[in-house]
Amino acid sequence: MAKKTQELDMNGQMKQHTISLLVENRFGALNRIAGLFSAKGYNIDSLTVGPTEDTSVARMTIVTRGDDQIIEQITKQLNKLIDVIKVIDLTFEDFVERELALIKVQSTSTTRAEIILIAEIFRAKVVDLSPKTLTLEVTGSQQKVDAIINMLKPFGLKEVARTGRVALKREFQGEA
Amino acid sequence: MTSTKHHEKHHQKLMTGAEIFVRSLVEEGVEVVFGYPGGATIGIYDALYDITDIKHVLTRHEQGATHAAEGYAKATGKPGVVLVTSGPGATNTVTGIADAYMDSVPIVVFTGQVATKLIGNDAFQEADIVGITRPITKHNYLVKDVRDLARIIREAFYIATTGRPGPVLVDLPRDVMAQKTVFEYPKTVSIRSYNPVVEGNIKQIKKAADVINEAKRPVLYVGGGVINANAAHELRTLAEKLQCPVTTTLQGLGAFPEDNKLSLGMLGMHGTWYSNYAVNYCDVLIAVGARFDDRVTGRTDAFATEAKKIHIDIDPSAIGKNVAVDVPIVGDVKYVLRHLIQYVKPLDTLDWLATIEQWKKEHPLRYKHDEHLRAQYVIDRLGELTKGNAIVVSDVGQQQMWTAQFFRWKHPRTNITSGGLGTMGFSLPASIGVAFGRNDLPIFSISGDGGFQMNAQELSTIACNKLPIKIFIMNNGYLGMVRQWQELFWRKRYSQTCIHSPDFVKLASAFGIPAYRITKNEEVDDAIHRALNHHEGPILFEFVVEREENVYPMIPAGQTVNEIIDNPEPVNSPESSVHNKGTFIVHKKG
Repeated sequence: MAKKTQELDMNGQMKQHTISLLVENRFGALNRIAGLFSAKGYNIDSLTVGPTEDTSVARMTIVTRGDDQIIEQITKQLNKLIDVIKVIDLTFEDFVERELALIKVQSTSTTRAEIILIAEIFRAKVVDLSPKTLTLEVTGSQQKVDAIINMLKPFGLKEVARTGRVALKREFQGEA
Repeated sequence: MTSTKHHEKHHQKLMTGAEIFVRSLVEEGVEVVFGYPGGATIGIYDALYDITDIKHVLTRHEQGATHAAEGYAKATGKPGVVLVTSGPGATNTVTGIADAYMDSVPIVVFTGQVATKLIGNDAFQEADIVGITRPITKHNYLVKDVRDLARIIREAFYIATTGRPGPVLVDLPRDVMAQKTVFEYPKTVSIRSYNPVVEGNIKQIKKAADVINEAKRPVLYVGGGVINANAAHELRTLAEKLQCPVTTTLQGLGAFPEDNKLSLGMLGMHGTWYSNYAVNYCDVLIAVGARFDDRVTGRTDAFATEAKKIHIDIDPSAIGKNVAVDVPIVGDVKYVLRHLIQYVKPLDTLDWLATIEQWKKEHPLRYKHDEHLRAQYVIDRLGELTKGNAIVVSDVGQQQMWTAQFFRWKHPRTNITSGGLGTMGFSLPASIGVAFGRNDLPIFSISGDGGFQMNAQELSTIACNKLPIKIFIMNNGYLGMVRQWQELFWRKRYSQTCIHSPDFVKLASAFGIPAYRITKNEEVDDAIHRALNHHEGPILFEFVVEREENVYPMIPAGQTVNEIIDNPEPVNSPESSVHNKGTFIVHKKG
């Protein structure tokens, strides 16, 4: 059995797990993995996929939720797929995670300055500007992205595109 | 294509994909292929035309080909091979593939496909079979380049037969099969993401032994994994050393001889009363190559609650999936058992075995035996007259459960049945595969009147190939198992379960198969003897049996052993025919 984790978060939802996968970078692999989640009825909060330093290998980062038994099954079922090379549940590791979002927010000459101030606080960049909108690029943890979106809501969100999370395990720093 | 044919082998000779395909099968030692040609596979069939090493069996439907391959694989332990065309040919294999996936049967299915440039264009006879079968295969491939073909075929056989066995599908586009390259069959397989664990962890095995050595009331719960691993001998050694009773799942029948006093027969929904009680009261449950299926456990939170559970399985995902276990051991069952035997001590289970013996006396398997012919009696006599020395291919439903209950299972790979998927129409085509794989034991195909009609076209395959299959149809005029549920749980509202059949004797005659209708108990022994003595091709018997018989015992779906419904027939009634696994058989002649 996996290490016992706190199964519910503060909102009473099942705990999120960030699972990092190395898979064969070939046609059908993404389908197999996505198909597994739908066939078994597992949740996907986000899923990202992209190439790695080795062109034959792709990395997927899947954020999912479930109790320990479900998460254990998810990792076992993923391991069972022939195209999956490695499965790491980062929840048990010290890891770095980032998400990028593009946020198109309505702005007028009167609100523009306030929006830019919010952007500065979150270290977001203005990447597009029009008389009626402002598009920001923000990078950070999911909580940070949630927070800036929350702050911008009152101005009127036109469109939001989020990448979903990517994550890597932190390396050992050596003895202090 | 030129008309020149090179029969001599030349090292650098270029071969078409079709030729490479056929040569690869020869390299794999494939003796028989079950299939059906079509537009997209004409080239492959042309390449097969000159090959004498491989027998091709033309079934009458692609589903039949797939079940035949399953029957061949289950009876021999070797992979079954299917070759069909694109589109409908491919989609017709889906049921058989799903069946093989559920029951861990190694088959390799080759499907024709439209030319690569047409894929996705809704071309004639195009179906995305790789997409369709993704969730029901262990792995599947679309071959896009002829240079990958030999490697993919090698991998397909390797994946199908190693680890937890299962079906692998390879989709072969028509143009790829016409492309040419140098043929070189890979000697080894290396798939970096696929390395099934074979050797169980010794620490875990020792831990399991420690648990077992403290047991007072152990039970071995044995599934098809023991048969897949060819570990019946090790199982028996372990059981006898421990003096531990053994119950098997439907797929496990044959892994442990039922004339052994430690045998409890099958467990689960229609298992013996005493096997279910033994599991309920055991203090250590040793699950070997089984998967805690819902037909075995009933309500999982009430399953074997007093027991420490040890689970040995080759598939890590089978462990902890349905029921939490105390000692998981991932590994090849044969390897693990061989080591476990060394670390366990003989146990004192005399009291436990005495308790079970008492249960056997009080709640034996039984059926009413009066002037009416019953399917149970036919199976009971078949078990008695063959002494378990037969391969029995059952279908799905009541006759399947009675076969499981009343046959005297003795040898591995003699019980061929569709368990996980429960595919009606399995028996007749599966028996074809058995007949091509085995000739050491008589082969019986047992179906109900419903299941038989689902793949009755395969009578033609059986007749044409003169296969020595003894076909038994238990005709009760109902889809009996569903009717039983309607009787017990749906107020006898027999919605669409009364089924009309043709005259099976005349039907068989149309195929040139000798056939007989049996209606009386007194005719049964003679029929079985006649079947056993008939060696020239198939023979068919229709048994007209009691219409509204129920399979007992029964644990209703999702319930517990406390809700078990035992046979209402009293044990001591003069008409009761009593049958116990692992004890002396009390048997009354009809």
